[in-house]
Amino acid sequence: MNSEPNLNEIKKEYHGTLRSYIQGFIASLLLTLASFALVITRVISGHFLIYTIVALGLIQAAVQLRFFLKLGHEDHPRWETLVFGFMLFVLLLIAICSLWIMKNLNDRLM
Amino acid sequence: MDKSFVIRHTVEAHPDLSIPDPHQDAFVRTTLGFWMYLMTDCLIFASLFITYAVLHHETFGGPSSRELFELKLPFAETMALLLSSVSCGFAILASLKNKKNKIIGWLIVAFLFGAAFVGMELHEFNGLLQQGHSWRKSAFLSSFFTLVGTHGLHVSIGLLWMLVMMAQVFRNGVTLFTFRRLVIFGMFWHFLDLVWIFIFTFVYLIGVL
Repeated sequence: MNSEPNLNEIKKEYHGTLRSYIQGFIASLLLTLASFALVITRVISGHFLIYTIVALGLIQAAVQLRFFLKLGHEDHPRWETLVFGFMLFVLLLIAICSLWIMKNLNDRLM
Repeated sequence: MDKSFVIRHTVEAHPDLSIPDPHQDAFVRTTLGFWMYLMTDCLIFASLFITYAVLHHETFGGPSSRELFELKLPFAETMALLLSSVSCGFAILASLKNKKNKIIGWLIVAFLFGAAFVGMELHEFNGLLQQGHSWRKSAFLSSFFTLVGTHGLHVSIGLLWMLVMMAQVFRNGVTLFTFRRLVIFGMFWHFLDLVWIFIFTFVYLIGVL
């Protein structure tokens, strides 16, 4: 293919900026501090604490995907987002079904 | 050869070659391919997480996660990996401006934080082994060492890759190839930080509750 672009054109395909890295860093830092602080101080407890930590973890994952890995920022058609979505589907299928089967098996054997 | 014998297998999305097609060049093909690899790697980690979740309480009379884990070291590891991830991002930003020394500088910072992470993890594993809590003790410890060890192995290989990148940037500067490799290395490094969020949340934070 003779339409291979040069380095300067390639660089335009990279979407990261100083701003996105600093935003992602500060958000990740605050979310991490919040999770650890909640577990150390035990302001809340029980299942509510577990759900809150998991929620904070998921939010941080979303923040890092968006600001560090630039998911959803690529040019159309968004192949990377599509592949990510399919991976998430397979992941949830494996996770939910495995946990379901193993719990069921455990209950029956006890 | 007669033109009529040439079979064209591909449909040109943009027949006009003066318009650059954003999805046909080697850069985008490489980053998309690497992204697909990362997604399959994500499924490996997902299965290890599920194994850990299933075996978490199977301590076989040995210590449980609540007795074994403390939060100081995981917190320091989390910070080290996050700072390493951001430094690596700064190295790629420097490569956009062709600042060779700055790239190598940020990569060294990222390398030191990454090495600190691996050092702390080895220290933690060594402590557990010294107390006799090896992976042979229980299903819980087997799944713990497999999950956290696989992540640590990824980070260690990433450190090796980072050294290679420093050498390539030092020798060749920012070229089509080194830039492409820096970008996919950045994806790998950010991805490992992403996996670590789930390790500190599900293994350590929920483990000490």
